[in-house]
Amino acid sequence: MIKININKQLHGASGEMLLDINLDIKENDFVALSGVSGSGKTTLLRILAGLENAKGSIIIDNQVWLSNKVNLAPQKREIGFVFQDYALFTNMSVEENLLFVNNDKSLANRLLKITELSELKNRLPNTLSGGQKQRVSLCRAMMNKPKLLLLDEPLSALDPTMRMKLQNEILTLHKEFNTTTIMVSHDPSEIYRLSNRVIVLNQGKIINDGDAKDILLKINGSQKFSFEGEVLDIIKIDIIYVAIISIGQQLVEVVISEEEASNISVGKIINVGTKAFSPTLSF
Amino acid sequence: MIDTFSSLDFAPFILSFKLAGLTTVILFILSVPLAWYLSQTKSRIKPLLEALTALPIILPPSVLGFYILVVLSQNSPVGSFFNDVFDISLVFNFTGLVVASCFYSLPFMVQPLQGGFESINKNMLEASYIAGKSKMVTIFKVALPNMKPAVITAIIITFAHTVGEFGVVLMVGGSIPEETKVASVAIYEMVEIMDYTGAHIYSAMMVSISFIVLLGVYVFNGRQNRKFGI
Repeated sequence: MIKININKQLHGASGEMLLDINLDIKENDFVALSGVSGSGKTTLLRILAGLENAKGSIIIDNQVWLSNKVNLAPQKREIGFVFQDYALFTNMSVEENLLFVNNDKSLANRLLKITELSELKNRLPNTLSGGQKQRVSLCRAMMNKPKLLLLDEPLSALDPTMRMKLQNEILTLHKEFNTTTIMVSHDPSEIYRLSNRVIVLNQGKIINDGDAKDILLKINGSQKFSFEGEVLDIIKIDIIYVAIISIGQQLVEVVISEEEASNISVGKIINVGTKAFSPTLSF
Repeated sequence: MIDTFSSLDFAPFILSFKLAGLTTVILFILSVPLAWYLSQTKSRIKPLLEALTALPIILPPSVLGFYILVVLSQNSPVGSFFNDVFDISLVFNFTGLVVASCFYSLPFMVQPLQGGFESINKNMLEASYIAGKSKMVTIFKVALPNMKPAVITAIIITFAHTVGEFGVVLMVGGSIPEETKVASVAIYEMVEIMDYTGAHIYSAMMVSISFIVLLGVYVFNGRQNRKFGI
């Protein structure tokens, strides 16, 4: 069980902001941390890792990491951290990167095998692709058998195929080692596949907390379909109005009433939903 | 020609390199913690320390030499302390030269090292802390190996700069053969007594050695940069 109750004054791009988090996380949970950039996600991870100061308390399995009197150094916190830019030790080979953390050859070999890196263990990080670097970084984070694994947008720099592959590996590692994990992510499919709990931050506060399905599916009431999209244009054709809305990577046209047209404007984020019809799927 | 060579006294060269070698070793040991501190600190005294460290670059060697002479002489508290407690005199001997050279060459060691530490990806250092490694281990196993060009530059420039010093040496050490008479001082004296052949040979040797050393540094740094993909 992890009990987090912290606050910290931040000077963000949008001015002063109070990061104020009160959160309990169960053992073996996989928590996804989401929210717009600048909402305090990375700072929260860094505070958990002991890389930044904060007021309040962090208690893990009855061990105090942070309180009024204690601020345990990162060295003593038994965490794994995967940085967005991988942060591999560029002077060491793949295997040396792992053994630097913990000189346990059998664990290193097991991790390299799970992530299909055994062939590359003597290579230097700068000769690896982005996906390979990310896997090394993940293995390195697991080397000291952390109590808490922190992933800061681990897959954001990778292409969709590689993302999918690494999501599976993260899942495999999570099942194999049962490590309590907190992952910053913006990708709904990634969050849905990996996490059993989603926490959404905004302006330093938790604005949503629940399981992935409840939070990510944007349906309310009897709606069958609902999508969030941005209004790109509103066109008046004779007596009707047509809104061009961008949903995901696609554009759709929706006929709207004059009243609706007066309520929305270009650039606004809206929900587009339908009721009472059966969708047809074509292949 | 051979006669001229065999009659030349190479003691000043040996002394120059001994002085430079010793100074470089001492400065490296002292500068790693200082440069690390300067690269990591957000303290308000940082500019003050940086300015003090850089001072020897702009001060005329005679000014620096004068102050060092005043501080180290037996009439000053520092000089008399060393004299009374350790029974060593710090002026007009080799020990005094080493101390003076350490002041004189300090910025040439600290600045490249500080730049090197600052260029290291902060996350890499943090990854090392998270892995449970102390600052000491992080500096020697992660930071320094990833900034080899900066380390080599610092060592070579410090060495070369100490070999090339003249004013401070003359002020603090004088020109005692095999004690404080280094190559640059020897050349100066040769010119004074109009021994141009000797001065030519010494000077040409200085130019060649310095050039070869610098060329070596740039070739090495180029290779390192390619290897680590910097």
